[in-house]
Amino acid sequence: MAKLLSHWPYLLILVLMALGLYGVLSKHNLMKKVIGLNIFQSSIILFFISISAKWGATVPVIDPELDATDPSLYANPLPHVLMLTAIVVMVATLGVALSIIVLIYRRYHSLDEREILERMRQE
Amino acid sequence: MEQIPVLIPLCLILAALVSFLLGTWRRALAYPVASLGAGLSFAIALWGLITVLNNGPQHYYLGGWVAPIGIEYVLDHLSAFMIILVTGIGLLCIIYSLRPVQTELGERSVFTYPLMLLLLAGLSGIVLTGDLFNLYVFLEIASISAYALIGSGDGRAPVAALRYLIMGTLGASCYLIGVGFIYSVTGSLNMSDVASLLPGLYQSRLIIGAVALMVIGLGLKMAIFPLHLWLPDAYTYAPSAISALIAPLMTKVAAYILIRLLISVFSPHYLGDVLSVTPILGILGAIGIIAGSIMAIAQRNLKRMLAYSSVAQISYIALGIGLGNPIGLVGAMLHIMNHAVMKGSLFQIAGALQLQGLVEVNDLAGMGRKLPYTMGAFTVAALSMVGIPPACGFFSKWYLAAGCIEAGNWVFLSALIIGSLLTAVYFFRVLEKVYTSPDAPQVTSRYSRPCLSMLIPILIMAIAIIGLGLANSFIVEYLLEPAASTAIWSGR
Repeated sequence: MAKLLSHWPYLLILVLMALGLYGVLSKHNLMKKVIGLNIFQSSIILFFISISAKWGATVPVIDPELDATDPSLYANPLPHVLMLTAIVVMVATLGVALSIIVLIYRRYHSLDEREILERMRQE
Repeated sequence: MEQIPVLIPLCLILAALVSFLLGTWRRALAYPVASLGAGLSFAIALWGLITVLNNGPQHYYLGGWVAPIGIEYVLDHLSAFMIILVTGIGLLCIIYSLRPVQTELGERSVFTYPLMLLLLAGLSGIVLTGDLFNLYVFLEIASISAYALIGSGDGRAPVAALRYLIMGTLGASCYLIGVGFIYSVTGSLNMSDVASLLPGLYQSRLIIGAVALMVIGLGLKMAIFPLHLWLPDAYTYAPSAISALIAPLMTKVAAYILIRLLISVFSPHYLGDVLSVTPILGILGAIGIIAGSIMAIAQRNLKRMLAYSSVAQISYIALGIGLGNPIGLVGAMLHIMNHAVMKGSLFQIAGALQLQGLVEVNDLAGMGRKLPYTMGAFTVAALSMVGIPPACGFFSKWYLAAGCIEAGNWVFLSALIIGSLLTAVYFFRVLEKVYTSPDAPQVTSRYSRPCLSMLIPILIMAIAIIGLGLANSFIVEYLLEPAASTAIWSGR
């Protein structure tokens, strides 16, 4: 239990991930599915950021007062950089998803998956 | 010389930008610029292939930062093989797409060509990169372009595109978590560096979790049997030029990533004997071959039939990976190429027929007399899919069967043979309609010969099916066997 509590950021990430997956898999509204997808992706961002978090460390710029030889005094910048790229990717995905949703709404006048399937059958 | 690996994606990205800018100025300019860019990248890829055959693998370090720190681009035997495939089929599809894009997309064609080039840039980046995170970025570049391209179609295309987007993004996210796990344990993202750090960490729970997440994520992208649900709709409702580009390349490049991870990051020994991931892939493949073929037999729509047949053919690749011996893996890699060429050809023909309003299999009655060249190419591709010797489809199945026999796995061998027979059932059904049925009355007035910009790529693909079949021993000996032998196999 103590081990679980000391890893609470990961628990939070797990909860977010499950929430996102639940949204994607069980909601019928396409918009809610995309929101779920975004929550899922955000939890991954948090995961990468929390693996690089470090108590008592500073920004990864060499500080003349500290010694540059001890890497444990500096936070790891790489996961942050990776996530900057991943955020761009996720924004692009979200943009494409939203524009496809607009197309679907114009064609079927609904965002409910069941209703769209019903209209497809009638076509 | 060492810049070749990075030149190919760079050339495609630049061509995408130029074709977009010139295309917004004069819509007619987008197509020639796109063909030129794809042609240039194909020429560089050929040059790269010759260089690899003469001088061995080429490495390029972005920004001059050497391997474990910087991003590395590698052109080795396997990626030289794949890059030829990606740029070659991309070039043929872009040449082919002139008429279909004009008639089906009209105004939107300004965005179509840049997106097609971005898709190719993403795929070539996936093939060439030696960095796990860079691979994710290129995977998403390719996928996002694919979602947008599929979504640009009419009718049900946006719904199919959104379904593909949700499944594909979940898959890529799973892959990304796996990369995060690997990074948090090894502290490295470079493939060869990770491979050298992993053997001490084989029992780490994070690595096991990473393997599971990456295989599931790539399985979604690759449409391995139970994860294939996005594929039939996406391929069927996409505009015909787009399905001719996406169907041969997207899933095959995902399969390439799986093979790349298998031989360059993890090892067949680890995934096969320690974690038994590859045997599971093989079993799913065996089920998928049968299930996909049966679903294909049940279809009346030609493109939908080809889409389900893709599910079955991808399962052959999964089965080859699952065999866990070098011959099976060579068969899987050869089948990536063969299936890409065959399915590219078939989807191009299906697109050409769709432009004339021929969508259902029954519409094709008597077309063999009216469209002799197109239907001749269809016949060559169909015979190759079934596995008739001079065509290339026979040889990859031959290697897969040899792998099954070496592994002593008779269940997989029978799945392979039953799959081929079922393939024969659904293709001979079409061929029978095409050549022996009397003409369908409603079609006679609408028929016209496909224009040259479509016919030439279709014929080149058909010739390539025979040519690659004849050249298979060369490809296997000089490209695939060196690639397969770099991995650590069990019992060695």
